[in-house]
Amino acid sequence: MIHVENLTKYYAHLCAVDQINFDIQKGEILGLLGPNGAGKTTTLRMLTGYLQPSSGSINIKGLSIDKHVLKIKKLLGYLPESAPLYHDMLVFDYLKYVAAIREIDSDQKLPRIRQLADLCGINEVMSKPIGELSKGYKQRVGLAHAMMSDPEVLVLDEPTSGLDPNQIVEIRKIIKEIGKEKTIIISTHILSEAEATCDRIVIINQGKIVADGSTETLKQFASGKNIMHLCLQNADFKTVETNLSKLDGVESVTRITETDSELDVRLTCQSAGDLRPDVYRIIKDTDWILLDFHQETQTLENIFRKLTKES
Amino acid sequence: MRQVAHIFRKEFSAYFISPIAYIVISIFLLVTGWFFFATFFLFNQANLRTFYTLLPVVFAFVIPAITMRLISEELNIGSDEILLTMPVTYGDVILGKFLASVALIMAMLIPTLAYPLTVSFMGQLDWGPVVGGYVGAVFLGAAFSAVGLFASALTRNQIIAFIIGLAICFTLTLIDKMLFFLPQSLLGVFSYLGADVHFQNIAKGIIDSRDILYFISVCFVGLFGAHIALNQKY
Repeated sequence: MIHVENLTKYYAHLCAVDQINFDIQKGEILGLLGPNGAGKTTTLRMLTGYLQPSSGSINIKGLSIDKHVLKIKKLLGYLPESAPLYHDMLVFDYLKYVAAIREIDSDQKLPRIRQLADLCGINEVMSKPIGELSKGYKQRVGLAHAMMSDPEVLVLDEPTSGLDPNQIVEIRKIIKEIGKEKTIIISTHILSEAEATCDRIVIINQGKIVADGSTETLKQFASGKNIMHLCLQNADFKTVETNLSKLDGVESVTRITETDSELDVRLTCQSAGDLRPDVYRIIKDTDWILLDFHQETQTLENIFRKLTKES
Repeated sequence: MRQVAHIFRKEFSAYFISPIAYIVISIFLLVTGWFFFATFFLFNQANLRTFYTLLPVVFAFVIPAITMRLISEELNIGSDEILLTMPVTYGDVILGKFLASVALIMAMLIPTLAYPLTVSFMGQLDWGPVVGGYVGAVFLGAAFSAVGLFASALTRNQIIAFIIGLAICFTLTLIDKMLFFLPQSLLGVFSYLGADVHFQNIAKGIIDSRDILYFISVCFVGLFGAHIALNQKY
């Protein structure tokens, strides 16, 4: 559906996007993650034909963006970051204007606007000037704008920023719903959002792609070790260390804190196999009192931090 | 072409949604009305000569004020990102906005038809130059709009856009009155560049293809400049 090859963008001498390659299949929901200034928005702006790439190529549905910008723009719906809309226009007038530019038949315009207003929950602000709307409502009007022509590809730049938690859940539901048949690209820096809505995640850092895959593959990719935490009473570090080190697969036992009553220990193990039953058996055989025992899970946050902080 | 019409309709109504159109039209009528009738009875002639003499200077002030927001405002609030990712070309955007500005100038000129009507009650008015003057005014307004649109495409700051537009329009208006500064060899070129001469020719009732061609060229250069300025931005 979308094929991006060696895409590069320079702002003066600053390289914002550096030779990135990726493909997006039809019906995929792709999450574009990255710290601030990583090049997410620039990438999306080039995909939508707003910025011209310094080099590289973009193909959408077999159409090259150099030659068929207008055709590509017809396939796309785009919600820019922070939804910059005309302040003076009324929401209804604005959507009518968008419908006209999107070449929607005149007898279809009103039903389409009404349908989008229901979907995005903007019925009660239709007759207000856009400038008077709260950020959340503006964002929803922007979403309605992006979906006006029922585009095959929907590009959303931080679609849930400025929304309250209820609205975020709603918008995610809408995105999931549309994503069943459409291709969606979302940029975000809310990781749980990417995890909840996206089929695939691409992490960008300093203009380069540092990871690409489903959340599961990313997690496997980033975790090399299993880490367990133990909190014990009535135990001293020496004996704990000698007892636990005997286990196959335990690489190291480190002390986090030790007070008179409590001992916190971190166990680093090889990732193959689950050691938790063995660890528990050892504890059972002693007179230690187990207060806490958990395995550290590799969250998307950890992966993200690891990948974007290294360079 | 249909996109041009949609953008035109949106921009034209935007003038009347915000107070811009009403303020600009009021000031224009106030200034031209005052200067025209202040001297009208002194000259005791039934023509619109003073009105037309004044018009290029007033236009040089008023038109950049009309056009300054057209592109600058989009750049400033970032709505260009929304506009240009819809299926429109730079050309559609520029042409639509240009036509909206020309239409507003026409709307601004309509109330001034009261002047020739008033004059025709008081004496024998020759309608030829009056009609010529209005045709010329539309051409002049279009040329200045194109210049103002170019200025607006240069910057995201509306005030800077206004000042640049004003400077260029003012120069075009006055350049043929500054000719004594220039060497003899350049006189011909520079007197041709003056907008005032061409406008006054038409306002005399002489419709000469050279004058029409001049205004069309200014429009073209201005709009093309705006196109280049936009192209450079992305």
